[in-house]
Amino acid sequence: MSSHTPSLIINELAKDLGPVPALDNRMLRVLESVSLKAYPGKVTTLLGANGAGKSTTLACAQGLLQPNGGTVELLGQDPYGDNPDLRSRVGVMLQDGGLPPSMRPIPLLRHVASLYKNPIDIDSLITRLDLESFGTRTIRRLSGGQKQRVAMAIALAGDPEVLFLDEPSAGLDPQSRQVVFDLITELRDAGKAIILTTHLMDDAQRLSDYVYIIDKGCTVAQGTVAELIERAAEDQDTRPIAFAGPAGLVLPEPPTGLHLSETSAGEYRLDGVNSPEHLNWLTTWWVKENILPTQLNLQSRSLEDVFLEFAQKEERA
Amino acid sequence: MSQQVIASNATSPLKRILAQGKYESIQMLSNGEQLILAVVMPLIALIVLSVTDLLNGVAERSIDAAVPGVLALCVISTAFTGQGIGTGFDRRYGVLKMFSTTPLGKAGLIFGKVIAVLTVLVIQVILISVVGLFMGWEPNLVGIVPAILFLLLGAAAFTSLGLLIAGTVRPEATLAITNLAWILLAGAGGVLYPLSMAPDWIQPTLNALPSAALGDAMRDALISGHFSIAGLIFLVLWSAAASFAAIKLFKWN
Repeated sequence: MSSHTPSLIINELAKDLGPVPALDNRMLRVLESVSLKAYPGKVTTLLGANGAGKSTTLACAQGLLQPNGGTVELLGQDPYGDNPDLRSRVGVMLQDGGLPPSMRPIPLLRHVASLYKNPIDIDSLITRLDLESFGTRTIRRLSGGQKQRVAMAIALAGDPEVLFLDEPSAGLDPQSRQVVFDLITELRDAGKAIILTTHLMDDAQRLSDYVYIIDKGCTVAQGTVAELIERAAEDQDTRPIAFAGPAGLVLPEPPTGLHLSETSAGEYRLDGVNSPEHLNWLTTWWVKENILPTQLNLQSRSLEDVFLEFAQKEERA
Repeated sequence: MSQQVIASNATSPLKRILAQGKYESIQMLSNGEQLILAVVMPLIALIVLSVTDLLNGVAERSIDAAVPGVLALCVISTAFTGQGIGTGFDRRYGVLKMFSTTPLGKAGLIFGKVIAVLTVLVIQVILISVVGLFMGWEPNLVGIVPAILFLLLGAAAFTSLGLLIAGTVRPEATLAITNLAWILLAGAGGVLYPLSMAPDWIQPTLNALPSAALGDAMRDALISGHFSIAGLIFLVLWSAAASFAAIKLFKWN
């Protein structure tokens, strides 16, 4: 498949779940209209708060759920239903793992690999994800992070062309997180189409080539991380300033549009800065009170700021 | 939507089924509770029924009357209770969902379970038969082939029933239902005792149970060398109905 042909195309996806007892056993519309594309050699991220519809979107994309509206095309096929040939080209890391508690990780991994004609080099994968360090334990005795590594290995067992990762760094310690991130980057560079969900903005900012922000079952924004930040900055061009100094300072009343607060002991933040005058006001106060900050940071906008702004817009709407 | 022929990285369906069969068999045989149900309980039943006069009048010797019923009990232990509980918890832990994301396919999952049931059943039958022979069991050799057929039909009926329950109710309920059913069927379902020993008023009801059909057909075959047509019809009907219901109602996750 060419790198210009999307591996996954989702068009106006809608999905109802239920019946929900709290809604008098009516169905709950969890996806209203989600549209996205994912390409080979790219990491496509679905970003959204808990309950936004990311995992349901993924389940429909993987063929585990049948949509109530819209279309899903995975490697040119409708993924819903029993299709071993399509499944053999797609790797899925489930959020809850789906690992049998009484099994040991390595025999399980070798069994899953035996279902594929050309599996990945399993021994290298075991070493890479350090599965041997807990290989003698049954899955029920593993920590959350260790289970995540096993689930990741299972998703990779068939050397898939398309890889779905649902919250891949959840529960991982910093070292394992780095290993998983490096692996995702390598797989992307090897031409795999990677679709991941996360509610962790740092992960999304670090890994994503393209981001779709999902909120209340709809795609509300899309673009590269840089594009999203730039676009949001056009709407509201302010820069927060963070600084550290003596704890418990008596804070002056700032000019209109600014907000000064002590976020934690000795940590301060001035929000709403959009003019050199505002900097002048701040430094004048420091001179007057003889304050020399021990840290000073003019913060750049992050994906988190963008996400929060979109969420607030939706809230207001 | 374009429907093109796509390349596949899946092994052949047969290889997948055999691999899953091996995996499921190891799962069943490495589970302590299932081994108690599959091996220890039938052995206890065999010894108790052989050394007591509970089956007096069924055959010339107690051991000849006991072995066919205990073999039928093995089918229920493995195909229904053990397999049902295992599948129910696989569903709870998302294992079925995980496998549904691999090239295994529904056929691989179902036939993998069937292979595991048959593997454990073969081990049970060999074990019970050897212990029975050591205790003096003299089966009617004419009935051995029909007995094997009835064991297979019983396995099909009870595997379908186990999957039906495991695929439609919560695993805790599956645990309760299949264990209770095992006790009731073993005690009063015509498995270990012929229905002729039950009160007249309940016999028509019990006759309709797959357990009674299996137990009586096994005794007819291995004691008298007869082929039970009624047993054949009942087991085929139960297999067909339970398979149909399981396919229609089974929820994978």
